[in-house]
Amino acid sequence: MASPVDVDARIAANHRLSDAYNILEIEAPAIARQTRPGQFVMVKRALGREPLLRRPFSVFEILRNARGAVTGLSLLSKQVGAVTRDIFLAEPGERIRCLGPLGTPFSVVGPPAHAWMVAGGVGLAPFATLAEALHASGVDTTLFYGGRSSEDLYRVPLFERLGVRVVLTTEDGTRGEAGRVTAPLQRELATAGDRPVMVYACGPTPMMRAVAGLAAGADRPVQVSLEPVMGCGLGGCYSCVVRILDGGARFVRACLEGPVFEGNRVSWADLT
Amino acid sequence: MGRPDLSVDIAGLRLANPLIAASGCFGYGVEYADLVDLAALGAVAVKGLFLEAREGHAPPRIVETPSGMLNAIGLQGIGVRTFVAEKLPELKARRAVVIVNICGSTVEEYAEVARILSDADGVAAIEINISCPNIDEGGHTFGCSLTGVHDVVRAVRAATTLPIFPKLTPNVTDVAAIAVAAEEAGADAVSLVNTFLAMAIDVETRRPRLSNVVGGLSGPAIRPIAVRMVYECRAAVRIPIIGMGGIASARDVLEFLIAGADAVQVGTANFEDPGIWPKLLAGVTDYLERHGHAAVGEVVGTVDLSARETAWISS
Repeated sequence: MASPVDVDARIAANHRLSDAYNILEIEAPAIARQTRPGQFVMVKRALGREPLLRRPFSVFEILRNARGAVTGLSLLSKQVGAVTRDIFLAEPGERIRCLGPLGTPFSVVGPPAHAWMVAGGVGLAPFATLAEALHASGVDTTLFYGGRSSEDLYRVPLFERLGVRVVLTTEDGTRGEAGRVTAPLQRELATAGDRPVMVYACGPTPMMRAVAGLAAGADRPVQVSLEPVMGCGLGGCYSCVVRILDGGARFVRACLEGPVFEGNRVSWADLT
Repeated sequence: MGRPDLSVDIAGLRLANPLIAASGCFGYGVEYADLVDLAALGAVAVKGLFLEAREGHAPPRIVETPSGMLNAIGLQGIGVRTFVAEKLPELKARRAVVIVNICGSTVEEYAEVARILSDADGVAAIEINISCPNIDEGGHTFGCSLTGVHDVVRAVRAATTLPIFPKLTPNVTDVAAIAVAAEEAGADAVSLVNTFLAMAIDVETRRPRLSNVVGGLSGPAIRPIAVRMVYECRAAVRIPIIGMGGIASARDVLEFLIAGADAVQVGTANFEDPGIWPKLLAGVTDYLERHGHAAVGEVVGTVDLSARETAWISS
């Protein structure tokens, strides 16, 4: 098991993708080298600065130099509060506090199983590293990627280069199929026959709930990456609990037992 | 002159230094073992334990507020017997000094939990949680009345020979009177303060930000109030005081010591920076050297209340 490290990492680049989204590249090789798909880091701009608590981010990409050596990691962020605003405004050369890798990763399937990743907006974040791992295992992989508009969809070529078939949806029809990402997923589940499929989902809770329901209805396993409010990321505060249904309902810490959970273990009625 | 002596004596319990990981903020200690040298801490106060396992409140359980946070975890826990069987051996193997925080819905439950811990191997002291603001039964209810404090402390005293430290709530009119009641009932030291009962509301939805509606405020926001309460208790009791409330730097540690605390606990700041411990120790050591102290105990209760020299600012 990897040991998390806390680093004061230099920011290598900040790609602002829109007024809301950015990809922050940070030089944290000690974290990046250990990171497995679906794991996260706890981040804030600087110690002693408000807001007090760090926020969890899925590791988006593992960064490598021309020789293939790991140089750091990137975060895909959408501005929703003070920390994501700090991350949006950060400049190359500045530093950022980053603790990780943390949490239980995705279980990566191998052939003959197919992998279907379902992402909603910034929920794309854990799937770049997963797509790499699936590619390395030779798994036939599809990304269902939805957003409200084309302004919510980024870095599609990154996935296409890894041989991923990409199905895009937007609720306003500005890119890909008009409607929700669950519509093409539902169609393809209905015609999947007896192909073994592992579904992976990350996005808004209602989307993940719907995806878990569709997968269960089609008798396919699903892994979801949940995003509860988190205080420490290390199991110390017991704030990020998720109600799990095995062995009687009980709360487990998402920072340790998650953020990835098997969809049929999650008590979806209790997730807000 | 050699390095200053950082060790402290809390009612016969020798700690290598005055820094204790605060209960409720450090899991059962083992969660932090990869990042923090548990043996280098003065002690680890583990999460509050009832006799039986407890589920706690529904999320959301925390919300950040200016210079602090509210929590209403609801004392989720594995129960004292599971703790003794599954967590205590690892804490012992890592040479942690273990203070176990205990809870109860009844006086008898507190005593029973204390008895079980007395029979276990590796418990250095018991902290009695009579101050959790987030549960309906027990806890806070006992801690808010002089007779409640007396009854719980007396019962635990009769059940164990381990050092016992009641953890006091600040949500009372006169915390010093509560400390006196604890001392008279046989407490070896008092821990203070637990969190301040508080509330935050989302104005858009008009819903409370915590599922439990109210929760406990911790972090730097409460520090000046906690310092005042330690100062008041120092004047009221002879037993040692373990001070806490928003400590986030070595200066904050020293502020509590000068106000009258013999040791301190750090909680919320450890969420922001799990690597805070060696920084705090280095800062305290530096202060002791600059001020010519041979031992950390020399600063305890040294707040200077003499008349200020005002001449040079009189204009």
